[in-house]
Formats: sequence, structure tokens, C-alpha cells
Amino acid sequence: MKTLSYAQAINEALAEEMRRDKKVLVFGEDVGKLGGVFKITKGLLEEFGPERVMDTPLSENAIVGAAIGVAIMGYRPVAEIMYMDFLHECADQLVNHLPKMHFMTGGKLTAPAVIRTQYSLGRNTGAQHSQFFPSLYMNTPGIMVATPSNPADAKGLLKTAIRGSNPVLFVESAALYATKGQVPVKEELIPFGKADLKRSGSDVTVVAVSRMVGEAVEAADALAAEGISVEVLDPRTLTPLDMDAILSSVKKTGRLVTAEDGCITCGVGAEIVARVTERAMDYLENIVRIACPDIPAPFSPPLQKAYMPETDMIVRSIKSIV
Amino acid sequence: MYESMVRQRMLEEKVVELYKSGSIPGLAHPYIGQEAISTGVCVALEKEDLIVSNHRGHGHSVAKGLPEKVMLSELMGKDAGMCLGLGGSMHSTDLECGIIFSTAIVGGGIPLSVGVALALKIDKKQNCVVCFFGDGATNTGAFHEGINLAAIWKLPAIFVCENNQYAISVPVSKSTLVPIAQRAQAYGIPGRSVDGMNVLDVHAAALEAISRAKKGEGPTLLECKTYRYTGHGAYDTGLDYRTQEEINDWKARDPIDKLERKIITEKLAAIEELESIRNKLRSELEDAVKFAQERPYPPDSLLAKFVWA
Repeated sequence: MKTLSYAQAINEALAEEMRRDKKVLVFGEDVGKLGGVFKITKGLLEEFGPERVMDTPLSENAIVGAAIGVAIMGYRPVAEIMYMDFLHECADQLVNHLPKMHFMTGGKLTAPAVIRTQYSLGRNTGAQHSQFFPSLYMNTPGIMVATPSNPADAKGLLKTAIRGSNPVLFVESAALYATKGQVPVKEELIPFGKADLKRSGSDVTVVAVSRMVGEAVEAADALAAEGISVEVLDPRTLTPLDMDAILSSVKKTGRLVTAEDGCITCGVGAEIVARVTERAMDYLENIVRIACPDIPAPFSPPLQKAYMPETDMIVRSIKSIV
Repeated sequence: MYESMVRQRMLEEKVVELYKSGSIPGLAHPYIGQEAISTGVCVALEKEDLIVSNHRGHGHSVAKGLPEKVMLSELMGKDAGMCLGLGGSMHSTDLECGIIFSTAIVGGGIPLSVGVALALKIDKKQNCVVCFFGDGATNTGAFHEGINLAAIWKLPAIFVCENNQYAISVPVSKSTLVPIAQRAQAYGIPGRSVDGMNVLDVHAAALEAISRAKKGEGPTLLECKTYRYTGHGAYDTGLDYRTQEEINDWKARDPIDKLERKIITEKLAAIEELESIRNKLRSELEDAVKFAQERPYPPDSLLAKFVWA
């Protein structure tokens, strides 16, 4: 194992995949000389040259369109959209085109494009640079959604995404970029649709997404001292979603808490709760969804603190149902 | 060229008939009147050159070599369609014919073609991609973003705007103040406007743009002025927003009649030869209709088969 930050782990995954396969291309805004505004693509231009690492104009729709076109021709583009909020700029290519290429053509085309993006909630970036809305893409069949919560997962999931045959929306958390963690020295690909059990417990199941996984683990550790046994699951990918792991955990604990950084209505938690209710109603004693309120993200730091779900909120929620 | 144009015309007249009789469900946007563009461009292409088409795309696919029986099967939602019945009238992919994709989102094919052209460039292939779209598409953000990106990257793409004067009901004069071809200047690429009712003019302009693309000199915007004889869809007469006089004026410039007159005047072929081409095409079309009608619908098992690769 070696220690890497979440940002370094993603950078390593990109570099290793580009070394392994000449068909892997990287393009997006500022990804070249600057190495990305978050430095995730740092060093790639120098190593792989301007034919494989390309800066683009501020044209999100064209970036994703180009990713689709080059992917259906046999390449494996990894396109960067700087902020998740900007996905709405390319919604036509991202929603109407990319996920449907294989389907609409009766399987004649495949579009193995990876669209990398990040959400910045927690960095005081305001209402247009903080949004996290992966459930929109869970509602769009044909595109997989990955939400890594730590360096090792970020690296392993990105490698799997690049090598797969399907389009992937890869959502990073900028609040985690500096977080350090242990990453295997040997190459490790992490399969999609396989939840990671972060803490084993018997009183309550917390299904946490992205940045909230770390918060949930902290909550679990704090509650353990008080004799409350919390199981924490990180689905790692939302499409496909490891319902088997979630259902067996809930059947064991009888209580479900979901935790995510997006607005609560129609969020990831809403879908997980709906599926668990459908399939394990008899086992359920209580459900709580933890998410942001249905309010745009505020700028002022104290307001942002009041807005964001944190460890304390998870602790309080669990105590209210256990 | 003559054969290809007549083939498309006959097919589309049949499509309108089948649509009205209920054999073709959903939407169908006839290409009637615009055949000189698909033909002029596709005749200038090599087999390995690629096209990206749009919702009014039956003509593009047929001009690029897709058999009518396959097209009609798709339009009827049958299993022998090029997309197995999963696509419908607005979606066409046949890689052997070089038909990459048809999009039903106006302007949406432009960014996608940029990626296709990027692959051709990286692969150092001596081929190009043609993206067809209408005048309506030139007011989308996708047009601006896509053509600009293709221009910067000097990609082997030809952007063919079929200016048929109306985006559904709104005339081009009410949506764009400058001539469409002039927009190319804004991206630093050549823009040409040609008579889209004259297949030879289209062909000549296409050859020039294709040669430029293949020499690595970058994309061209080609505006072809044309007219759709029908309304926007097979269901629509188009008379709510256009006059019969206007339609008649354009029909008087019909691209097939024009080429036919030239062939006869210049004695390139006899009337009887043209008649025999028409007869052959008519009979092929009847066979194609029969083929499509007799094909089964796809099984329910197809429904979820291609969501994931």
C-alpha cells in the first residue's frame, strides 16, 4: 500500500490507463498545460502529448459530443467537465445521446466514454458551483454513475470505467481531493455494482454516498463508544446499485439511514428507500434520509455549514431511531 | 445521380402513403424536394467516408447505400430494420454503408461528428465525415460549439446545412439575420452557399469541401438552399404557414426534373432509358415494401437487450 491523495489517485489512474492503452484520450477545459483547475490531469500533456491531451473551448456540449463521436470510433475518451453544475450545459449530449447510442442503434454502436466531473459542496462555491445530483442520471438508463469516496476507490473505479464498454459519469468530490488514503501498489480494478462495507454493525444501516461516507464512518465510530452498532455501506456506484448488499444489511439491522450531499427530493436516498420499502418492508422499523434541504447551496460559510449534512446530523438521526 | 434521386423520391412518396395508412407509426419527416443535396454530397464521398444524419434523414441513408427494404423495415418497427426496430424513422446506423448515426435532436449531430472526425484525424485516415442538418439547427448552441471545435482542431468534417427555408413553421428570415453560409466566417472556416435544387452544383461544392477536409485543411460549412415539398412531418400539409404559390414556385425548380432535362438536352441518355430506370426502381420499391410488411415485429426480449453493452 502507498499513501495518495484522492486527487493523486485519480491522476495516477489516468496516467496508468493512458500508458496501457493508446486509445485513451483526455480532453476538457484547462486539462492541458494547466493540468486541470484541480490539477487532476497534471503532467498528462507532458507525458502523452497534445494529440492525446487536449484543451477545449468552454463548450461542454461539444466536449461530450466529441467524446461520444470518438468513442463510437473505437477510442476511450475521458472528458472532464469542470463542475457538476456544468453538466446541465451538456445535457443534450449527456442525456439524449450518450446513454442511448447502443440502444437506439440496435447494439451497432458502443460509446465507452467516461465523463469526469466533481461537485464542490463544502468549498463555499455558491449555488452554481456546489450541486450534487447523481439521481438525475440514475433516472437515465444507459449511463453508469460512479461516486468514489476515497483514494483507492477513485483509482480502481476510474480504471474500471475506462476499460468498460459503457458510458460512465464519474463524479468526484472536490472536498475530498486533498484527503489521503491507502492505495494498493499493485493494480486493482474495482468492479461496478459492488458496495463496500465500511463498518459492520447490527443496529442501523447507513448507506452513504461520496463525501458522506467519511462522515458516516466518523458517526459510526462515535456511536460505537455509546454502544450503538452502525453498519456503513458505500455503494461506490449508483448505477449499477448493489441492492443485494443494501437489502441484506437492512434485513439484519431493521433501520435504514441514507446520507448524501444533494437536495433531498428525488435524491439517491429517495430511490434507495423506495427500493428497500418495496422489497423489505416487513423488516423495516425506521427510515431517515439525510441530505441537503431543498434549497440552493448558500455561499456564506455559516450558512453553508447549516445547509450541509455532517457527522453530527448522522449521529443525531441515528440516535432518534435506535 | 439520377437513379439515387428518383430512388429517394419514390421511397419518400411511399413513406407518406404508408404513414397516412397507418403502416408507419410515430413520426416521419419526408425528404421530398431535398434529394439533390444527399445525392450531390454522397456521390462525392468514398464508401469509407462517413455521414451523420438527422431527423429528416431517409434520403441521406439511401444516398449512402442503405437498401430501401432495410429502411422501410425500421420505419415500420420491424426486426429487419437497421436498428432492429429500436430506432425508428429518425435513427439510422449502418456501419458498412458508412452511416454512423442519425439524431432526432436538432443540432445534436454536430458535436458528435466532431468526435468522429477527431478519430479519423488521429487515425490518419484519408476519410471525412459529413454532418447533415437543417436551417433550424444553425441557431442551436450545438452548432456553434461543434463547428468552432472542429475548426480549432482542423478536423476532416463537412457541415452540410440543408436550408429548406422553414424550421417547422418559422421561416429562416425570422430566425437568422445573416446568410447561413456567412456564419462560417465567425469560425474561421470557408462557408459556401449553393443551389440545393441543383445536384451538380451541390456535387461540385461537396467535392471541394471533401478535398479540403482530406488534405487536412479543416472543415467547411456548406449551405444548400432547398425546399421541402411536404410539411414538417408526413402528417402536415405545410399550408398553415406557406402558400401554395410558394410551394409551386419551388416545385418548378425540382431537382429531378432539372437533371432529367439536362440529360435529355445533352443526350446523355434517352427518355426510354430514364423510364426503364424508373420502372426498375418502382419495382424494387414494391418488393421492399412487401419485404418490410412481411417481416415480424421484434420480440419483447429485444426491449432490454441493448441498454448496456
